[in-house]
Amino acid sequence: MTKIAMNVNGKAVSREVPDNTLLVEYIREHLRLTGTHVGCDTSQCGACVVHVDGKAMKSCTMLAAAAEGATVTTVEGLAASKDELHPMQIAFKDNHGLQCGFCTPGMIMSATDMVERYQAEGKELTEEAIRHELEGNICRCTGYHNIVKSIQDGASKMTNA
Amino acid sequence: MSEGIGARVLRKEDKRFLLGKGRYTDDIVEPNQAYAAFVRSPHAHATIKSIDSAAASAMEGVEGVLTGPELVADGIGNIICGWGVTSKDGTPMNMGAWSALATEKVRYVGDAVAIVVADSPAAAKLAAEAVVVDYDVLPVVVNSVDALEAGAPEIHENAPGNLIFDWEIGNQEPTEAALASAEHIVELDIVNNRLAPNPMEPRAAIATFNEAEDHYTLYTTSQNPHVARLVLSAFYNVAPEHKLRVIAPDVGGGFGSKIYIYPEEIACLWASMKTNRSVKWTSDRTEAFLTDAHGRDHVTTAKMGFDKNHKIVGLRVNTKANLGAYMSLFSSATPTYLYATLLSGQYNIENVYADVQGVYTNTVPVDAYRGAGRPEASYVMERMMETAARQLGVDPAELRAKNFVKEFPHQTPVIMAYDSGDFKANQDQAMKAADYKGFEKRRKEAAKRGKLRGIGFSNYIEACGIAPSAAVGSLGAGVGLWESAEVRVNPVGTIEILTGSHSHGQGHETTFAQLVSERLDLPTDNIQIVHGDTDKVQFGMGTYGSRSGAVGMSAISKALDKVEAKVKKIGAHVLEASEDDIVIEGGAVKVKGTDKQMLWHEVGLAAYTAHNIPEGMEPGLKESAFYDPSNFTFPAGCYICEVEVDPETGTTDIVQFVASDDFGTIINPMIVEGQVHGGLAQGIGQAMLEGVVYDDDGQQLSASYMDYTMPRADDLPMYKVMHQSTECPGNPLGMKGCGEAGAIGSPPAVINAITDAIGNNNLAMPATPSAVWAALQEVSAKTAAE
Ligand code: FES
Ligand code: FES
Repeated sequence: MTKIAMNVNGKAVSREVPDNTLLVEYIREHLRLTGTHVGCDTSQCGACVVHVDGKAMKSCTMLAAAAEGATVTTVEGLAASKDELHPMQIAFKDNHGLQCGFCTPGMIMSATDMVERYQAEGKELTEEAIRHELEGNICRCTGYHNIVKSIQDGASKMTNA
Repeated sequence: MSEGIGARVLRKEDKRFLLGKGRYTDDIVEPNQAYAAFVRSPHAHATIKSIDSAAASAMEGVEGVLTGPELVADGIGNIICGWGVTSKDGTPMNMGAWSALATEKVRYVGDAVAIVVADSPAAAKLAAEAVVVDYDVLPVVVNSVDALEAGAPEIHENAPGNLIFDWEIGNQEPTEAALASAEHIVELDIVNNRLAPNPMEPRAAIATFNEAEDHYTLYTTSQNPHVARLVLSAFYNVAPEHKLRVIAPDVGGGFGSKIYIYPEEIACLWASMKTNRSVKWTSDRTEAFLTDAHGRDHVTTAKMGFDKNHKIVGLRVNTKANLGAYMSLFSSATPTYLYATLLSGQYNIENVYADVQGVYTNTVPVDAYRGAGRPEASYVMERMMETAARQLGVDPAELRAKNFVKEFPHQTPVIMAYDSGDFKANQDQAMKAADYKGFEKRRKEAAKRGKLRGIGFSNYIEACGIAPSAAVGSLGAGVGLWESAEVRVNPVGTIEILTGSHSHGQGHETTFAQLVSERLDLPTDNIQIVHGDTDKVQFGMGTYGSRSGAVGMSAISKALDKVEAKVKKIGAHVLEASEDDIVIEGGAVKVKGTDKQMLWHEVGLAAYTAHNIPEGMEPGLKESAFYDPSNFTFPAGCYICEVEVDPETGTTDIVQFVASDDFGTIINPMIVEGQVHGGLAQGIGQAMLEGVVYDDDGQQLSASYMDYTMPRADDLPMYKVMHQSTECPGNPLGMKGCGEAGAIGSPPAVINAITDAIGNNNLAMPATPSAVWAALQEVSAKTAAE
């Protein structure tokens, strides 16, 4: 057992957990933040994506211990309040970018990260780039059409926010 | 802005999912919860000599290790198949026993042998590994053709030769005669590849036995919680129905695979009683590949005859359907009544005959997966039509149009009576959107770039809105397939709709509210949809077979009729007017042509205070209805796929995909388009990427996302989705259903396009780059030889 502390969604947290606890288990089972999902066991689906120190990470591939002292944002920490969704969350709703909702948290966390990276580098986030960037996120419901549209719309909403 | 029928209302359910506040089964924690892990067979076929669980039971944190013989001794029943199919010779199907935990024999890799309950998931998994099972390994057979060979290993004693049924439909002799005298014959061997459904949320269950109340609660990833409760109680004897509550909370996709009541749910409920703990089990992805019912897996030969005017005179089809090691709930219906009844396609064919052999193999059970039988049928029909057009040297669109059913109702030789449609209208719309006329120019332009461009059609028809109870009963179904609904108007005028349908991505919380909004002219914000809990909703048959609109919403509509009738009576009484003059509009009950009105909440209050309602009227405002459809519904459409193949690598790019569908009335076009997109992705996945692979020992080689190619954003195009609808006469809303069409119609369009591009019709799904490349080599070898 190890005591692991980090900052999650703006709050300092600390839990005593078994050494081999994955970050996704720490988030889901110990902090009971269940918006982050587990969809596979081979690090392929992206349902578990969170931001660690500002970068999108698959939380199923990382030990909680590796995030000791880090700043973590999960999907629960993205919106300013329940009535003030993040522009990317609004874009997913406006463009019907979700159906069952299971892949959605990971999609949104990947999407915001991708937009921020492209904007920081001054690159254009084209449809092709979005599809390529979504390499690590699987959705079985939407056929991606509306996810791509959501991210395009989310990118412009984030720029204008 | 109207929120009624036809409006693109944004989804009411989205907010909780966007905020990470969805509540899926694995998100739920019960007090004193323990965790289950299953001991699974590593062999595809073996007898169990002994199970030694002593070491596992003694491990730290282990509550219990429970096995098949104990389960049987406690009277837990075998898993049932809900549809009896009768063979040609009149004998019932040969069904082998399926115990939730294997007793004497295991029949596929992943077959559950024991359940381990422990304090943590890790402790449960460790202990499961410590259970020692001694097996005697038996010979294995994994595909349906081999399983039917003489001398193949026998999987169930009471299914000699592994034959479950040998079933037929249609008119055999006239079909043979028509084929014998046909001017042209088209023949094709067709394999419909085996698929893993892969909803992104893995299956999960939490079972809680309450000793003091003698009561069970089961949270489960189900598309049909009431059916689960019925089967768990009536057939598996887990608990009587009134002592079992089944809740299917947010469910992360189903696609058919979450219809069935699997061994794990049964075992968790039973183990909860045995250990007096809440027992939670969550599948991991590999376990999902090994145990979720797979789809498709047909081996077919087909022969179609044409007269000299290119009219189809007959079609004969033989299909061997791999049903896996055990018969899952709808496994017998899927390759028979949901498949061969669609083998007339969109065409007027006098003579159709099909026979289907259902076969046991040492593989995971096969059952309905998005489309269930109809994708297999449309693949046969539309591959045949495209092949015929090529052989006859005619335009594939014209050949189809020449043979279209043009008058409705139309009785096919294979049971179905098509009630409506305009196949030419969908074809015209799709051809225009795809610029079919301009294709040859595009082909030439692509050739200049060194690319092979091809185009393929698929004119699918399917049967859904499942289904008229008496009709399916006469065909062997064990249940009726109606739906129920309850409309509760609260004293303050807000409304709850309790429905037996279950939404796991389809957006019912929005579309069902739109129907109520349309009827009562109230904002959807005042309407709440309640589903997925057997304690709240009286009964329901659940969501599958694109039935929630045509059947589920029709039930709501019927209940609304009753509410409206009562509201009008109350309005007439209070406003002192004739019932005939009462109208419901603008959130009020009004007397036509006057300014007299009661606001909607005043009606609710009047009904509940009952101070001033018509004499003899019961207080309250709550009505329920059961709706049994009069016929199947028949969505149909025309899909056109255009591809470019790189001859150097065999890589295929879908450069355009057009879908024109006839779904009848559309409640929310945004949601319908989303359903089509998702279906297309699964169909394109089947055509180009996906395929379950077993080796000869029955090991699944494709049991992870490293090995099974799920469609990703990069693999798929933007789709051009459009509608051209005729109203369905069979239900009050005129709806046909849209949930499966995309997956049903798209695979043949893709394969027709690729085979057109490469000039070789011999190409199986999935058309991976290496398969396409190999097919191209065949062409070059042939050209070189000539
Ligand atoms: S759960 Fe992390 S990638 Fe699938
Ligand atoms: S919305 Fe269901 S998996 Fe993406």
